[in-house]
Amino acid sequence: MVECLNKTKVLTKGNYAIANAAVIAGCDCYFGYPITPQSEIGEFMSGKMQELKRAYVSAESELAAINMVLGACSTGKKAMTSSSSCAIALMQEALSYATSDELPVVLVSVMRGGPGLGNIFPSQGDYNQSTIGGGDGDYKIIVLSPSTVQEAVDLTYKTFYLAHKYRNPAILLADGLLGQMMEPVEFGEYPYPEVDHSDWALLGAKNRNSRIIRSYSPQEEPQCEHIRHIFEKYRHLEENEVMYEEIDTEDADLVVLSFGSLSRNVKAAIKQLREKGLKIGFFRPITLFPFPNKRLQEIAGKTKKFLTIEVNMGQMVRDVRLAVNGKVPVEFYGKPVGSWPSVEELAEAIEKAVI
Amino acid sequence: MATQVFKVPDSFKKDFKYTFCPGCDHGVAIKLVAEVMDELGIREKTIAATSIGCSVTIYDFLNVDAIESPHGRALAVATGVKRANPDKFVFTYSGDGDFASIGLAESLHAALRGECLSAICINNTTYGMTGGQLGPTTLLGQVTTTSPMGRNVEYYGYPVKIAEHVALCDGTAFSARVSLDTIANIRKAKQAIKKAFEVQLQGLGFGFVEILSTCPTNWRMSPQQAHERVRNEMMPVFVPGVYKDITNKENN
Amino acid sequence: MSRIVIDSKKCKACYLCIEECPKKLIKISEKTNKLGDRIVEFDDPDGICLGCAICATRCPDLAITEVYKG
Repeated sequence: MVECLNKTKVLTKGNYAIANAAVIAGCDCYFGYPITPQSEIGEFMSGKMQELKRAYVSAESELAAINMVLGACSTGKKAMTSSSSCAIALMQEALSYATSDELPVVLVSVMRGGPGLGNIFPSQGDYNQSTIGGGDGDYKIIVLSPSTVQEAVDLTYKTFYLAHKYRNPAILLADGLLGQMMEPVEFGEYPYPEVDHSDWALLGAKNRNSRIIRSYSPQEEPQCEHIRHIFEKYRHLEENEVMYEEIDTEDADLVVLSFGSLSRNVKAAIKQLREKGLKIGFFRPITLFPFPNKRLQEIAGKTKKFLTIEVNMGQMVRDVRLAVNGKVPVEFYGKPVGSWPSVEELAEAIEKAVI
Repeated sequence: MATQVFKVPDSFKKDFKYTFCPGCDHGVAIKLVAEVMDELGIREKTIAATSIGCSVTIYDFLNVDAIESPHGRALAVATGVKRANPDKFVFTYSGDGDFASIGLAESLHAALRGECLSAICINNTTYGMTGGQLGPTTLLGQVTTTSPMGRNVEYYGYPVKIAEHVALCDGTAFSARVSLDTIANIRKAKQAIKKAFEVQLQGLGFGFVEILSTCPTNWRMSPQQAHERVRNEMMPVFVPGVYKDITNKENN
Repeated sequence: MSRIVIDSKKCKACYLCIEECPKKLIKISEKTNKLGDRIVEFDDPDGICLGCAICATRCPDLAITEVYKG
């Protein structure tokens, strides 16, 4: 176990950094079940949470882990679990419940190869799993996608904050590469205000009527009203919480999009091509939901073409196409799973797309 | 002057009305839970993790904070509530399908971990809310909508004896099976519920009561016949008794 | 004098109490509930109710809301 609970710069693995950031964010409860490539998060938490006298359970399954998070969140506490791909598939039902129950569930997802058991290589194959999800009914999950270990720390803080501010599950979507690589990071303090949950949390019905957190809604109209209320929060998120990184899109003939740690190779490739005089811009959604639709529409009015690069068979590209709504062509380059394409390979693919 | 010897327990909501079918023993079981909460004075610090099935409606009747768990996950949700709030009283109230079929892993692991929780499981040998299908406790030979020729071992295997399984877990402080078929047994049931609640309050571990209950609607019986069935068919297989009580040395 | 109070809005006419009463003081009345079932009533002209609360212990709907002994 790595001891890195301090505020100075340290060299550490992505998974440890995320776990440590969660501790600094004030995570009261961690419930988890091991799966490669994120097991270091649970390993770190098992020691640190006990040391700090916070709640930790080595759960019997991912189903149990996420439902323990539901229970802890229902009392207004900061609670999280972490997992990967095929195991997060098991958590979809609980995420659907948590959106309807309006619980501030925090989930760290470190993507590996799928479908099924797949393999433990890095992948971006769970963009759809995170942003669309596999639970029932109308809902959205807040999804934040870091590209460096430092950003993983900063976005871990933000994941906690947004989950609690909007009372909606939020996913920090990392990948096996980011989870396993070491980089220097600074933790600092948790930069967000604490959210007061005393007006809804289950704390015992003392001097007030009992509170019920439930998704079962046998009447038609109240359920419609409830879902509209939840979607009003999503509209608010889309207006106020969108995050992205944008480079040189103003004069670009081609804007290349990617998300997560893959973006670092993409940016390096674009830099090479810029030096050759090609007018290429770069755009990286940091919040995958809320997706930066508005900004992409603006850019689509100025550029000639988009190219989306992903390590999957084309998942985010659908959101990009929806955002630009046919205004410009949106091409895709990618591979299903495994090591990230090299800078050279990406430069070649991007150059081909420029025309 | 006449003295009042019975009243509706204070732990109920004002103006509640049960939505169970006529003669359903859920009503008796929830009343016993409420009486025990009154006697222990714990209502204000109670958080219930409810389940899916007829049992979920307990949150409509009791004046306690509650979270509705996804099907089978009541003990996981309760674990989360309790670990986050060790000073609260946390209990689950589930049917046999929720506790011992879809949720068997969560239920037994909560007991194995020795979670300081209290769990009530209603065993009525069928899935009531969905219309009387075969469940984990359906008796051999019992006809249900999904065992039209009766439960046979070849197709369905054997029913689960829940209280015995829970008693085998090292983290269990108390495990009992009770019946509501007679007044005497109702009184015993209340004592068992009280014990299952007390072991949590004393920090001793997992407290569990399996309650043999009726489902007159799906059994196609009158409430009176239903109690006879509990007595004559269920109790010989699901034998009532205290299966574990770490507070009673003689019992172990 | 011992007596019980029945909340007629809660009685679902399962009649479990009728059998349990050691003095057989509960009977089916002419009144019906919302579903049209004839609910029970307490009938103790001779004042022999024991105030044992067995009926209230049995009633699965808490329709017997109060029992007095004395």
